[in-house]
Amino acid sequence: MESMVEISTSPALFAPGEARRPAWRARLSRKAWGVAEKIATPLAPADYLDMFNPLRPGADLRGRVVKVTPETADAATIEIKPGADWAGHTPGQYVRVGVDVNGVRHWRAYSLTHGPRKDGLISITVKAVPDGKVSSHLVRRLRPGKIVHLEQAAGDFVLPSDLRGHKFLMVTAGSGVTPVIGMLRNLFPVTDEGVVEHQRLDVTVVHLAPSRPDSIFIRNLESLHEAGAIRLVTRYTGSEGRLDIDTLTELVPDLKERKAYACGPAGLLDNLQAWYDAEGLPLQTEQFRLATVVTGEGGTLTFTGKTVDAPGDKPILDAAEEAGVLMPSGCRMGICFGCVLPMKEGAVRDLRNGELTVARPGETGPEGVPIQTCISAAAGECVIDHPAS
Amino acid sequence: MTIAPDAPAYTGPIAHLTREDIEQLGRELDAIRQEVIDTRGERDAAYIHKVIKVQRSLELGSRAVLLASIFPPAFVVGTVGLSIAKILDNMEIGHNIMHGQWDWMRDPKIHSTVWEWDNASTSEGWKHSHNELHHTYTNIVGKDNDLGWGIMRVDEEQRWTPASLFQPAMNFLNMCIFEYGIAMYDLELGRVIRQKKKGRRPSAEWQIAAKKTLAKIRRQAFKDYVAHPLVSMVTLSGPTTLLANLTANFVRNVWTHSVIMCGHFPEGVETFELKDIPENESRGEWYVRQMLGSANISGSKFLHVMTGNLSHQIEHHIFPDLPSNRYAEIAPKVRALFDKYGLNYHTAPMPQQVASAWHKVLRLSLPNGFLESTTVRNAPSQLVKLVKAVRGDTRTRRRLLKEFEAAGAASVGKAI
Repeated sequence: MESMVEISTSPALFAPGEARRPAWRARLSRKAWGVAEKIATPLAPADYLDMFNPLRPGADLRGRVVKVTPETADAATIEIKPGADWAGHTPGQYVRVGVDVNGVRHWRAYSLTHGPRKDGLISITVKAVPDGKVSSHLVRRLRPGKIVHLEQAAGDFVLPSDLRGHKFLMVTAGSGVTPVIGMLRNLFPVTDEGVVEHQRLDVTVVHLAPSRPDSIFIRNLESLHEAGAIRLVTRYTGSEGRLDIDTLTELVPDLKERKAYACGPAGLLDNLQAWYDAEGLPLQTEQFRLATVVTGEGGTLTFTGKTVDAPGDKPILDAAEEAGVLMPSGCRMGICFGCVLPMKEGAVRDLRNGELTVARPGETGPEGVPIQTCISAAAGECVIDHPAS
Repeated sequence: MTIAPDAPAYTGPIAHLTREDIEQLGRELDAIRQEVIDTRGERDAAYIHKVIKVQRSLELGSRAVLLASIFPPAFVVGTVGLSIAKILDNMEIGHNIMHGQWDWMRDPKIHSTVWEWDNASTSEGWKHSHNELHHTYTNIVGKDNDLGWGIMRVDEEQRWTPASLFQPAMNFLNMCIFEYGIAMYDLELGRVIRQKKKGRRPSAEWQIAAKKTLAKIRRQAFKDYVAHPLVSMVTLSGPTTLLANLTANFVRNVWTHSVIMCGHFPEGVETFELKDIPENESRGEWYVRQMLGSANISGSKFLHVMTGNLSHQIEHHIFPDLPSNRYAEIAPKVRALFDKYGLNYHTAPMPQQVASAWHKVLRLSLPNGFLESTTVRNAPSQLVKLVKAVRGDTRTRRRLLKEFEAAGAASVGKAI
């Protein structure tokens, strides 16, 4: 699933193994690295090493696509061999993936649909959403061998470390099934002989989808149900209508005794959350898709320590300077790139051709979207990574 | 020349254009720009990724070969490879990335804000003097440091002084050490020295920039002239590796200097006086100044890549932030606009442009009209006059300069 979450920390710089080395070896390798830096200047040694092995220890975290398997008409599972510094994950967590679509780097978060695997691969399952250029690219155009950019796994949509004494309820809608399937596959490994049930757990999964063919992983869920590992309740909203809370309590009589997880679109999660809050019960949720960035004419500019109003017809550079912010600047006509600053969130309009540039939280790289402030006007609430004084 | 067509008695190359024509021309150029932006994508990204990969492989391969440069074939192959790698780094990669041509890819490694190039000048200093000053104030005498790099007489309207006689030699020297020349004018060293003579201390910002440049020069020199030759000592190839690095840097200097001379110096390319630029220059007027102030080099695909597509200097100056691989594609459309509006699209093969640029440097090192009015027969008397102009007091010089100018005009008239 594509989920909206806080920007996670950047990948670890050193291999986990580094710390275990004896001190003299660490010192020596630092020295050797220093010499390599002097020889590689003005580039970094990493720029050359990446040509040979982009997945080596110490490289920026990347992954190589190993396999793309269609799940439904518009969803596919992508198996990725992560770089050596991949620190592992807990089922239910997500990974942020950076991929070049039509030449432009985009970032999205996807749930990992497996527990830690013996072959060291990670997998995500992506549903091509209408107008979703990244998801469509991943499902339809991505081929094995392609390098993608990764961040370490993150997110707290995970099972408790001690499962004893808990009964679980998992409500999934559409591709919201993906983090849950990651948890279930980890709990109940499947072999050719069927489900290997190694833990006696009481798990009820309520799965919502427009129809059965639209359901990713429906066969996995059904076979887990048949093997007695979980109790699966499906609700196909195309024929059976929407699910309300009353029906849910009917379908799952011991609802209140169960530790509840839900993943799906915002509307469903909001309704569930309201009910659980009213009942005073905890609910663990994973948001389905991002908060949209509202675009319009003009807006505000938030610098570190100051927010200023910015009209839609005035360059950000001018608006900020008039408000007393010390801005980098150059030609003031869009050609020198001396005024470029990173926008972490928000939308700006190019005053020359009206083109919008949007930075959505969760979808932009860790360094934000660089904008030319001298020819861009605010088109929403913009957060710019630049000190106000 | 003046760019304002409604100035009194204007006879420049755009005299036939009305203000409305110029604005219409601007709109048509904007449309070409938009077309490229709308179709920018995977193909372009693949291009720059490939050029970077080729450059890095070539640099690494050449440096490896040079480890055995005690053998002459290895020396030749390594030196040629390293020269090309350095030229690619500076021209098609560094110059263009620093222009923000590839910022749209949102690749944090290939971005104008982070890129550093294999050159003595820092990317920061270069972006200021080149992107901001040169591209904004293109060919405006006194504002554009690129124009004669502040050390040359590049326009008839600039006053001739005896020091102008040295400018061909100065230009030649600058060509040989061009990367340091660039670093010096990025720092505006000339201005700072003049101020120092007046007792003014350079600003704190300047001192920081100077320190950064010195550090960069140290790093660059250490890599090329110490580290690489030292490693080569394994095969006793240290001295030859040092020589190869010196040669590659020299070749890169001569090449980049020549390409840049071709961009704005050839005869017939316009220069502008600050007083003639309208206070609020419109986009159309700015476009026209770029169109008249630049010259192209015609040639093969390989030549275009090696010049960083500055062989499409006209297209580059009109659209400095479009990906360089697109200049060749839009060139016919741009040229059609030149024809439509009756402007001179200045293009010629490289040897011709280089010769033309050097001719201008030589011609302007002499008083106006001197070269035109000198023949084999009157050469001795002309030289005597020139010596008088150098030695004489201000009044004598002024009189002689006027004589040269009149004689030049007369001989040009006769030729016609």
